[in-house]
Amino acid sequence: MAEYSAFSLLRHALTGHRDWRRAWRDPEPRKSYDVIIVGAGGHGMASAFYLAKNHNVGRIAVLEKGYLGGGNTGRNTTIVRSNYMLEEDAHFYEKSLQLWEQLSHELNFNVMFSQRGVTNLAHSDSQMDAFARRARSAMRLNGIDAELLDRKQVQREMPYLDFSENARFPIYGGLKQPRGGTARHDAVAWGRARCRPAGRRHHSELRGDWLQTPGNRITAVETTRGDIGCGKVGFAVAGRTGAPCGQARHEASDRKPCAAGLRLGAAEADDRYRGHLRGRAFLCQPVGQGRPGLRRRHRHVNSYAQRGNTPMIEHVMSAGLAMIPSLSRLRVLRHWGGIMDMSMDGSPIIGKSPIDNLYLNCGWCYGGFKATPGSGWVFAHTIANDAPHELNAGLNLERFRRGYLVDERGAGPYPNRH
Amino acid sequence: MIRLDCPYCGLRDHEEFSYIGDATKVRPAHGGESGAEEWFDYVYIRDNPRGPHQEIWQHIQGCRAFIRVLRNTLTHEVLASGLPHEDLSGKAGSGS
Repeated sequence: MAEYSAFSLLRHALTGHRDWRRAWRDPEPRKSYDVIIVGAGGHGMASAFYLAKNHNVGRIAVLEKGYLGGGNTGRNTTIVRSNYMLEEDAHFYEKSLQLWEQLSHELNFNVMFSQRGVTNLAHSDSQMDAFARRARSAMRLNGIDAELLDRKQVQREMPYLDFSENARFPIYGGLKQPRGGTARHDAVAWGRARCRPAGRRHHSELRGDWLQTPGNRITAVETTRGDIGCGKVGFAVAGRTGAPCGQARHEASDRKPCAAGLRLGAAEADDRYRGHLRGRAFLCQPVGQGRPGLRRRHRHVNSYAQRGNTPMIEHVMSAGLAMIPSLSRLRVLRHWGGIMDMSMDGSPIIGKSPIDNLYLNCGWCYGGFKATPGSGWVFAHTIANDAPHELNAGLNLERFRRGYLVDERGAGPYPNRH
Repeated sequence: MIRLDCPYCGLRDHEEFSYIGDATKVRPAHGGESGAEEWFDYVYIRDNPRGPHQEIWQHIQGCRAFIRVLRNTLTHEVLASGLPHEDLSGKAGSGS
């Protein structure tokens, strides 16, 4: 693996950037592997990384059907935060945030993680009460940074919001996590793909749709480059979890609503703070790209289409304009949509499956990108030890049968309400 | 854009509708012999097919009636729609 440094950049600049080495390999697969991870997105690649680094697993393959990081790793808000309330979520996402803080160094690749703060806006008294409860009686008690902002403080930090008397979404205040921020999503995928700590890790673009399961074990994964034997298999395929499961029927089903987003062309609108507009849209300004993005939560319909639709674009536009009137001067550069693997309680499923050597990493709902380092960390632990890490012990598949849900929003067993 | 054929109001923009969920799940009878497993299945287990899917929508900004829709989850094509008790499973090929 080529190390990147100021020196190598200078050396390649002198030779016209003609002899950079390919950043990651795509070798022919071997006959078998100790662990096969299906899905080369943020979760799958982080899992392979920590399997090699923390657990010394030698032969790991990551199978990918599409292109690298082309699923939700390339279709998300890029927001990283850990402002959760329930203990199962809070400690897990906080671990992930701490890993983000080290990630560029760990990967020797700049993932452009910028902790410029994430603010959720409150548009009513009851939302302010809820934020006060979250900040004071949950986040701070869990050792996570949280600041409750009043209207004036929000206005000082984000003067471009609509603070007029006729505002469609009146601003009462906000909940700020100063250590939150954003990262460059593509860089995370590329940084993971090129990095092979210690173990010999293969990365192949393969289709891994079918499993051979005599008895209650998977012995091989059928791919477009032939069958590959496996010791253990980890699924990290998000919205596609239902499809490759085939024989391994997935108990708490995932649903797949669409999300949609817009990328707007603009000069630097605000490079200090990122508004997380709780009303109906998110505003993010990814570092180094200079263009703000508007994103909206998912549309609540089962879908495998992996694209948005026109009413959603209008939703995002109107919500964004209602919050930030100056956006009306911008033009849309591009827009995107994707599918989300919604679980029945809005929290992820990371753990063992009913099949002996199959492990599941799915149900990310709207929270997957920020979780990728922590998710890989605990998923690798779960696969290597055949038992969950303490941080994902509560995020198992069995919780649905036991009625022990991790329902952050208190919305009940309805994936379309989370 | 999806348009849904409400049996009461005709072809309407799907933005007028609210999505409820899988129409094939049947609630276990009250006070019956149903055990925890049946309730677990009813509350949490969904097949979530890639392809034709029978689902319940509510015409929330129209007549407010609940309707059943057969929709392809891969293409978003609406294949059939009807009253909530109608079984649309045989209409996958008819289109609309």
